[in-house]
Amino acid sequence: MVMQAIRNYLKSLFLLEMLKGLLLTNRYLFKRKITVQYPEEKTPQSNRFRGLHALRRYPNGEERCIACKLCEAVCPAVAITIESEMRADGSRRTTRYDIDLAKCIYCGFCEESCPVDSIVMTRIFEYHGEKKEDLIMTKQRLLEVGDRNEAQIAADRAQDARYR
Amino acid sequence: MTDDGITIEVNGKSLPARKGQMLIEVTDANGIYVPRFCYHKKLTVAANCRMCLVEVEKAPKPVPACATPVMNGMKVFTRSPLAVEAQKSVMEFLLINHPLDCPICDQGGECELQDLAMGYGRDVSRYQERKRVVGDRDIGPLVQTEMTRCIHCTRCVRFGEEIAGLRELGATGRGEHTLIGTYVEKAMESELSGNVIDLCPVGALTSKPFRFSARTWEMRQMSGIAPHDGIGSNLHFHVKGQTVKRVVPAENESINEVWLSDRDRFSYEGLYSDDRLSTPMVKQGEEWREVDWMTAFEVIKDRLGLILNAGGPERIGALAAPTSTTEELYLLQKLMRGLGSNNIDHRLRQTDFGDDTEAPIFPWLGQSIVELEQLDAALLIGGNVRKQQPLLNHRLRKAAGKGAAIMAVNPVDYEFNYPLAARIVAGPGQIPAALAGIVQALLEAGRTLPDPSAAALLNGIQADANHRAIADRLLKAGKAAVLLGDLAMNLPGLPAVRYLSGIIAAMTGARFGYAGTAANGSGAWLAGAVPHRLPGGQPSPHAGLNARAMLERRLSAYVLLNVEPEFDCHDPVGARNALGGAQCVIAITAYRTSAMNFYADVLLPAAIYAENEGSFINVEGREQRFGAAVRPQGEARPAWKILRVLGESFCPGAFNLDDIEAVHAAIHADMQGIEPRNLDAWLRPDSLPWVNGALQRLTEVPIYSGDPLVRRARSLQRTHDAGDGMAHIAPGDAGRQGITNGDRILLKQGGETAELPAVIDARLPEGTLLLQAGNPACFGLGPETGEIEIGRA
Repeated sequence: MVMQAIRNYLKSLFLLEMLKGLLLTNRYLFKRKITVQYPEEKTPQSNRFRGLHALRRYPNGEERCIACKLCEAVCPAVAITIESEMRADGSRRTTRYDIDLAKCIYCGFCEESCPVDSIVMTRIFEYHGEKKEDLIMTKQRLLEVGDRNEAQIAADRAQDARYR
Repeated sequence: MTDDGITIEVNGKSLPARKGQMLIEVTDANGIYVPRFCYHKKLTVAANCRMCLVEVEKAPKPVPACATPVMNGMKVFTRSPLAVEAQKSVMEFLLINHPLDCPICDQGGECELQDLAMGYGRDVSRYQERKRVVGDRDIGPLVQTEMTRCIHCTRCVRFGEEIAGLRELGATGRGEHTLIGTYVEKAMESELSGNVIDLCPVGALTSKPFRFSARTWEMRQMSGIAPHDGIGSNLHFHVKGQTVKRVVPAENESINEVWLSDRDRFSYEGLYSDDRLSTPMVKQGEEWREVDWMTAFEVIKDRLGLILNAGGPERIGALAAPTSTTEELYLLQKLMRGLGSNNIDHRLRQTDFGDDTEAPIFPWLGQSIVELEQLDAALLIGGNVRKQQPLLNHRLRKAAGKGAAIMAVNPVDYEFNYPLAARIVAGPGQIPAALAGIVQALLEAGRTLPDPSAAALLNGIQADANHRAIADRLLKAGKAAVLLGDLAMNLPGLPAVRYLSGIIAAMTGARFGYAGTAANGSGAWLAGAVPHRLPGGQPSPHAGLNARAMLERRLSAYVLLNVEPEFDCHDPVGARNALGGAQCVIAITAYRTSAMNFYADVLLPAAIYAENEGSFINVEGREQRFGAAVRPQGEARPAWKILRVLGESFCPGAFNLDDIEAVHAAIHADMQGIEPRNLDAWLRPDSLPWVNGALQRLTEVPIYSGDPLVRRARSLQRTHDAGDGMAHIAPGDAGRQGITNGDRILLKQGGETAELPAVIDARLPEGTLLLQAGNPACFGLGPETGEIEIGRA
């Protein structure tokens, strides 16, 4: 007991714990930095990154989605709402395709279930809404996201193709 | 157990069976599932899909369970390695040519092939070659084809031959080149065609109106009762959110078996018509104003109060559609009788009310629907049973298949889907004479008249070969029935028709019944929605005015329940004038029509069909209750609630009925101990209706024009059975006037004229002109029956 008390006294007298901590700090001071200066700098992303959703089109401009509603059925957060009809040309199409980003948990099941690679998750993660309604992605907005990022989306799928 | 009872062993379990049963029937009855595509319990065995292969001990190869009769002591293995291997191989063959388009297929989620592929299919196909592609045929507005998906089970083909009685679909080609389709490009005309949608195990035949609008897993299944014929087919609504997406049959062996007529299946489209009324409306001057419910009730109280004070309750009349629920009809009559008026009726198309006092308590079929199958002979009088009551006709067709003689006395030579043993085609005025001829033939055969005074009616009536043939078959039959159809009920001279039919039934020992009533015609009688009977069929101390008299007398106020008089009444013009001239017309209606804008003063939006709750009583007297499957649209409310509040505002305290149960209990208190009874429910007319040689108008209600709901079902209106809007002329009459098909002719009736295209119709007897109800071109013409003149336009 007495020995223990003396050891503790010496430790606090020479600030041993503090020096230990400062040593760690000093080690990191001279190490390579991993902090990125967001938004000027960005971390690298995987091609499987699950960010904002997009609806894709075929090269001829036709929307891919065929309103099979598998994504709606598989969505664990019930974030997807689809309504469908027969388009004038007889094909099966959506009249409404809404994803509620406030509900979405970004699990990627929708993308996995899609038989035509229509609904995909892009690398986009920087988006915001000022009102709650801004976080509801309508079919129109989803298609626009797809149209803007098709090159990246297609490249990412191609890279991943052999694992799917 | 009977003598032919045997025992078989399936998967080590011994099961009772009967000789002659097929293996699959025994396994189905005992809850052992054997996969199948072509087998269906209501169709003959085809054994062409081979999916139900099972192993039978001592059999060298697996055998199809659907085509293998059971034998005593047979040992069957449905899940043995051999059986499963056989089933898996069959599945592989079936999937060779089946497209992988499940994501866009409406059958996806309820597809038998999809389900069984989960259990028996390989995850990777060994087939690398091109799949077969088959072009689609347009087979009408109800059934969508996608023939690439067809697996050639031929259920639809067998349905056509065995149930619908029309060979509409058939298979051409062999093996991989087999094609199912109509032989020539044409639409399906069967009134039961929608059933092939349910029968098709894959997505080759799907519902056209439903196409792509929902997935099976999104919909809830709610029970309901069909509101169009007096049969009360059981059905399921498939509901997504608060919208009815489609209707499928619910199995009820004693009513509709597993079938559903097209009218019952597709009429739901009418729920979403653009002219649905969503809020109460009141007319002030010429302006229509949307109001809330309380305001509407106050307006009614004020306006009806004025009439009650000025002219008394006899100046108020109520017309109810026989498609209303028993509860609605009961409350409406309670309201009217509470006000002091007996003017209530649901027989809107009837023209002759001469034998009202003797009419049965309700127009009963005379037997149960199932018993129709066991008849040896049936005489149908004045009705198109095949189109108007398709599932009654289906039972008669089954009877005919067993050798029963089905005979008809009709004003139009309607087509049946089985051969008639005898038929008489007589104009609307000659039907009583035709019936008298049958009575005469029965007398000649040695039968005596149950009512000797009837002999006076038979003066100068000669029996011909047709009359004798009908009499003979009725007399020879062990079980026979005489059935009055819907057309007969609307003929002038109904008392004579009813009396003579009754006499024929009595002389032959046949059952006398009514085949043709609207959805709830029976319920309307029992609920007291007739001027001379109280609920439960009790005679009313003071008889009120019937439907026809109410419109002819020009009352001061009318209450309309689900009625569009311009389509639903015997005399559309008279109805429109009477309503237009009334001081106050209150329409409880689901739809707002342009005619209503003209004659109504208050419009109260009512819930109908899937939105409504209540009960229907069918032709066999079976009461079936149903609840609401979806919420009413807009401010609409079930009509029983509307009538309850209306009743409470006029007769405080008398309408203390808080829920539908209370209304139901009140009706049942009045219906204690009612026995359906048609025998002797007729009155002897003084003479047979006299007919001169003038052209007689006959009006049929096309099957898709019978009530407001079905009139708005878009797909049904595009079918062959929707009215063609033409004037149908007998060939002889047309020849005399020099009229050919497509000529525009001028019709003159009671000083009014109308111009219509003509069609020569060989089904008509000479001297009869057939028009179709609900045709806007005939609105100006006057009553649905009576003399009419034609000339070239």
